[in-house]
Amino acid sequence: MSTEGTNTAAREPDILGPIRTETMTLNMGPQHPSTHGVLRVLLELEGESVVGCKPEIGYLHTGIEKNMEVKTYNKALPMTDRMDYLAPMSNNLGYVLAVEKLLDMEVPRRCKYLRVLLAEMTRIQSHLVWLGTHALDLGAMTVFLYCFREREAIIKIFEKVSGVRMMTSYFRVGGVAREPYAEFYDDCRRFLDAFPEKMDDYEELLTDNPIFLRRTESVCAISAEKAIALGVTGPLLRASGVDYDIRKKEPYSGYEEFDFEVPLGSAGDVYDRYCVRIAEMRQAHRIAMQALDGMPEGPLQADNPKVVPPPKEQLAHDMEALIHHFKIFTEGYHVPAGEVYQVIESPRGELGYYIISDGSPSPYKVKVRAPSFSNLFALPEMVKGGMFGDVVAALGSVDIVLGEIDR
Amino acid sequence: MPELVIILVKILVAFGALILIAAYMTWMERRVFALVQVRYGPNRVGLAGLLQPIADGIKLMFKETIIPDRADKFLFYFAPAITLIPALAAFAVVPFGDTVTIFGKKVDLLIADVNVGILYIFALSGMGVYGVVLGAWASNSKYPLLGGLRSSAQLISYELSLGLSLLGVVMISGTLSLKGIVAGQANLPYIFLQPVGFLLFLVCMIAETNRAPFDLPEAESELTGGFHTEYSSMNFATYFLAEYCNMVTFSAVAATFFLGGWRGPILPPVVWFLLKILAFMFFFMWLRATTPRLRYDQLMAFGWKVLLPLSILNVIATAVIIVMFDL
Repeated sequence: MSTEGTNTAAREPDILGPIRTETMTLNMGPQHPSTHGVLRVLLELEGESVVGCKPEIGYLHTGIEKNMEVKTYNKALPMTDRMDYLAPMSNNLGYVLAVEKLLDMEVPRRCKYLRVLLAEMTRIQSHLVWLGTHALDLGAMTVFLYCFREREAIIKIFEKVSGVRMMTSYFRVGGVAREPYAEFYDDCRRFLDAFPEKMDDYEELLTDNPIFLRRTESVCAISAEKAIALGVTGPLLRASGVDYDIRKKEPYSGYEEFDFEVPLGSAGDVYDRYCVRIAEMRQAHRIAMQALDGMPEGPLQADNPKVVPPPKEQLAHDMEALIHHFKIFTEGYHVPAGEVYQVIESPRGELGYYIISDGSPSPYKVKVRAPSFSNLFALPEMVKGGMFGDVVAALGSVDIVLGEIDR
Repeated sequence: MPELVIILVKILVAFGALILIAAYMTWMERRVFALVQVRYGPNRVGLAGLLQPIADGIKLMFKETIIPDRADKFLFYFAPAITLIPALAAFAVVPFGDTVTIFGKKVDLLIADVNVGILYIFALSGMGVYGVVLGAWASNSKYPLLGGLRSSAQLISYELSLGLSLLGVVMISGTLSLKGIVAGQANLPYIFLQPVGFLLFLVCMIAETNRAPFDLPEAESELTGGFHTEYSSMNFATYFLAEYCNMVTFSAVAATFFLGGWRGPILPPVVWFLLKILAFMFFFMWLRATTPRLRYDQLMAFGWKVLLPLSILNVIATAVIIVMFDL
């Protein structure tokens, strides 16, 4: 008998005689086309079969949470964009809602509608990136370029409304950064009107494609119990058949006024996740249309001069406004001591902001519950016993953003 | 002596054309892709980007050749050539035109009329995979190793069906020489007599040339480039060229066996031949632009459980019909 290796594969020793097979450890990443950023996955392979999988994170750690503690509440806001850089508006929304809760402040109805409209456009945008990259991982290149074409249209609208393509920082505590530009609603409508047809195009390329079905159906499935136990949220959880959408369960920003459905899967496999996200894009389109049609009249910013900066034109002749402006942009505003946890349904799942305030103009502690983080660690469970090609499919279906995971 | 000169000229012209076509196929592929993907593709270098392949070639030539520290240096250098040479040599038996008279001499427009031409092609296409496997193995790196393993498994699974899919044509024409097969299609291309054989060959041909959706040895999104992950500079270009030469050769074989080779009305034979090759090449590109990639085990299952039984059935059915109707 030869000496056994440390990771000798569990094979029948009688058949192989003195021959021992060993598993191969493969470093997938941090430089790899399909890890969606700087993720490293340690794979134990036996031939092409996966016997072990361990995601290694931390390559993109930027200390965002800690950084927010030394900034005023307003200055901490742009940090949030940089976490989930594919869904900036959703991140902004979670943060401003948390701070508004601490301040016990209500924003006007029009502001809520505008936020919902932009948050749903963000969802479409983020899911488009997911769809494109997921298809690319499975070898379907063309979908990727189609998706990025549509995403570009949304990004252009974001740029015009906020001044920046990706790091929008458009939502502010007590309102939004500025009144949207004149043709904003027309631009949104033009995009949304054309969008369902584009969706049909993508679906034509994938939904009934036999190769795509073979690659995704009953691949890397995860049961509802397992998903809940692992803290999986968002489309992944709903694909496993759990009806949990924060927009329905704990409505925020006026979501209770909108009529939409929560798409659910049953098997929890890669294909169900695909179907759920595709249906979510259609629902997001529906919500955005409702927000656009029912956009109320009225003020956009909350009536709280201590928090919301006064309009620029007042500064020249209104002493009071000048003082407020000066105070907000130097010292910042004092937030009552206390703690708050605000969750929203980001495109990736439950995005939570836990903020502790000690009454000063800077948060005492910010903790972000990033959906990608919990979702990523369902990966080992998913790929167990699968093939190497499935790892790529599963990773794509989780839809991770490393900026959010490492923070 | 004049015979030797004629053969040399034919070799130079045919192989020169093959390499040039293969190089321009990269341009065509990028343009076709761009067309499908609502982009422009290369359109800056020369008229409509026509000089792009040459620019790419020059760029690759001037790149540094990087050899992994623990690679087997000799095999690492040698392996790309093992892939390229058979890809080029296989073209030698493919007739690209009718007999023409030059300076009072009858010249066949093919390099060598081997009476077992089809076996020769199979032998060489089987060789090509050694370059891939050896290159992958010599890299001494994990991703190429997986790519190489996939490649050899894929070859075994598809070579059989590839051979069997052409057997029907051979049985009908009664010859293994490609010239004889073209001659047999004077009235009717064999695609009408062997439609199943044609479809089987088409699928196997894609698997043989490692093209999407069967491009598992490369599988960029899984294996970061597969067998050629560690290759750079001209070594990489050689693999690349070999892949395209292979595609052109197999397109030519498909055209010869099923579409009547160089036969066609009005236009000169060589033009018809090129057009048929281009049609197959477009099919390759179209497929790659629109389909996802199969998984390794699915690819194997498809080869053994679907293609092989089908091709055997096709051969049996052809044999039965030939015997029954005494063709």
